[in-house]
Amino acid sequence: MLTHYNYGTAMLAAFGYLLEKYPDVFVIGQGVWSPWYVGNSMTNLEKRFGVDRVIDTPVAESACTGVAVGAALAGMKPIVVHPRMDFMLYAMDAIVNQAAKWSHMMGGQSSPGLTIRSIINRGGEQGAQHSQALHAWFAHVPGLRVVMPATVADARDLLIASVLCPSPVLFIDDRWLYALEDDLPPIIERDLSLERPLCLTKGADITIVASGYSTQLALDTAKELALQEMNAEVIDLRVLNPFYPELIAESVAKTGRLLVIDGGWKSCGMAGEVIASVTERVPVGAFRKPPVRVTLPDAPAPTSVVLETAYYPSNDLILKTAKDLLK
Amino acid sequence: MNNDWSFGSLADPLQHQQPVNVEGQNATVLIRQLEMMLRIRMAERCLANGKRDGLIGGPVHLGVGQEAIAVGVAAELRKTDRVFGTHRSHAHVLSLGADLRRLFSEILGRDTGLSRGMGGSMHLWDQQNGFYGSVPIVSATIPLAVGAALAAKLQCSGDIGVVYFGDGAVEEGVFHESLNLARMLKAPVLFVVENNLFASHMHISLRQPKEATSRFAAANDIPYVLVDGNDVVQVRLAAAKLIVAARTCNGPGFLEAVTYRWYGHVDWREDIDVGVNRSIDDVTLWHKRDPIARLIAGLEGAGLFDLERLKEMEHKVAKEIEVAWNMAMSDPFPTPLALISRVYAEGGKSE
Repeated sequence: MLTHYNYGTAMLAAFGYLLEKYPDVFVIGQGVWSPWYVGNSMTNLEKRFGVDRVIDTPVAESACTGVAVGAALAGMKPIVVHPRMDFMLYAMDAIVNQAAKWSHMMGGQSSPGLTIRSIINRGGEQGAQHSQALHAWFAHVPGLRVVMPATVADARDLLIASVLCPSPVLFIDDRWLYALEDDLPPIIERDLSLERPLCLTKGADITIVASGYSTQLALDTAKELALQEMNAEVIDLRVLNPFYPELIAESVAKTGRLLVIDGGWKSCGMAGEVIASVTERVPVGAFRKPPVRVTLPDAPAPTSVVLETAYYPSNDLILKTAKDLLK
Repeated sequence: MNNDWSFGSLADPLQHQQPVNVEGQNATVLIRQLEMMLRIRMAERCLANGKRDGLIGGPVHLGVGQEAIAVGVAAELRKTDRVFGTHRSHAHVLSLGADLRRLFSEILGRDTGLSRGMGGSMHLWDQQNGFYGSVPIVSATIPLAVGAALAAKLQCSGDIGVVYFGDGAVEEGVFHESLNLARMLKAPVLFVVENNLFASHMHISLRQPKEATSRFAAANDIPYVLVDGNDVVQVRLAAAKLIVAARTCNGPGFLEAVTYRWYGHVDWREDIDVGVNRSIDDVTLWHKRDPIARLIAGLEGAGLFDLERLKEMEHKVAKEIEVAWNMAMSDPFPTPLALISRVYAEGGKSE
């Protein structure tokens, strides 16, 4: 039996499932009682499960994240929510120094199994401090699993897998995806450590790799290309760290063309990591054309609408880039 | 304390040198506490020598002179409480009952160590005794202890979180966030400030407008007690009062214990040449406010202890330390696999 969701209500279903089934799950973060902060992804959770388990907090990103780390060490499965990734930067010590390194520092005897949910919420002329997509920073850190759901199914099932995972997980969702709809089968609990990049469309002409919202751009591009009888293989990264590039390398060995679309910056970014990892794995001469990445320009997000429109990669730009690669 | 948040006599090494008042206390418990304080001190002396002689690779932050605080607080804790430490946590972990050999092994980078040789002196773990971990990022474990306390509240376990930190940690932002959050969530956590007047080389007068960090507890509506940290009985009584309140879920408590570290910030030197406002005169004067000597004097005065028993105790502990150190020195190192296999709880990346 299928249930209809959008990306936001799929996460709401995941929260409901976790809070219902696991007494050691609790949620803490700013704005979790307010649709203003978390859209339709957490509606009425505090009424269903109580304000002791769904905790809206003082303005204290750093302490809230540290509290979640400590609670996880004490046997809970906390989910800490940051309504914008930019605000989460106050919590870098708890995430990078503490959560990510704890297992290794303590000899693998203790691990904070918390989930840090961080929302990318850009556009709307919000500017440089309300728009950032910093997944590549965090994917650089050993010990921190980084998850970016691009589909309704992953929004629900990877959130559940993240919370049930004994390692710290950064789960990054994107407000630009909340309207995406799908019909899903019943929930299956997955082992996050076994999740890999997924091929969403098969094709022999070009490999397009993306994550999060960029994956939807990749699928749009594949549709356009199909109308012109060019077949793109779209691969969604899903889990950015630890990164398993094997599937992408196999695809590129077949297509000889690689386009990476990423919602972050170019320098030292995820797109560069994908291209480097594939290059290491394919035979010399496998590329028919040099690989290409479409990313944000290396500039902070602007506010003015004209600049903002120019800032985010458009479908037209991506389609033109793909077609140039296919020439 | 004066109401202007200065310590007055508590920061004066010429004051508070008198024997510990043991009246009404259980003699057996006090003698056990004395033995623990001696064990901590002699273990740290052993580490100081090991560092000086090049047998220890990493930094060791020694707390000689501060032993009464950990021992006094530990007397009020259960094995199921959740205690967090700092870069200077040998006393914290030992006071909870950690095995000496495993502490030494850890500091020597051996697989048998408390953190399986992955942490050294600054990342200690002994959860079976209630020690959830220590790390050297100043103030980082403060919110962790609040979280572990919040977990205890959600689990209705009656356990508490405890976090030790120094006077430098209150200069960090997350300390203030954590106090406010602990108070608002009514988290059963005990904040323990070991105020030794120094952060690394800098005296508190050069870092803060007032000496008493408990002013921040007052600002956050958290009950606090300020004590002479070199008096194990006073520390224990203060901890007991705050812990009873925390356990009954009335929220956090804040214990500020004034003390002094005899060694410098790190390793075996006294740091009288690098410290700002730290002199050999100060160090020597503080030796006279020794928490161990004062406890011995208190016990002797009450006819509960004598020099002969002290010698026996010292001999026993010295032997214990010698055996533990020798075993640790011949313990095995971790295998190279440990580099990758401990990154994720589920084991290494299968590549």
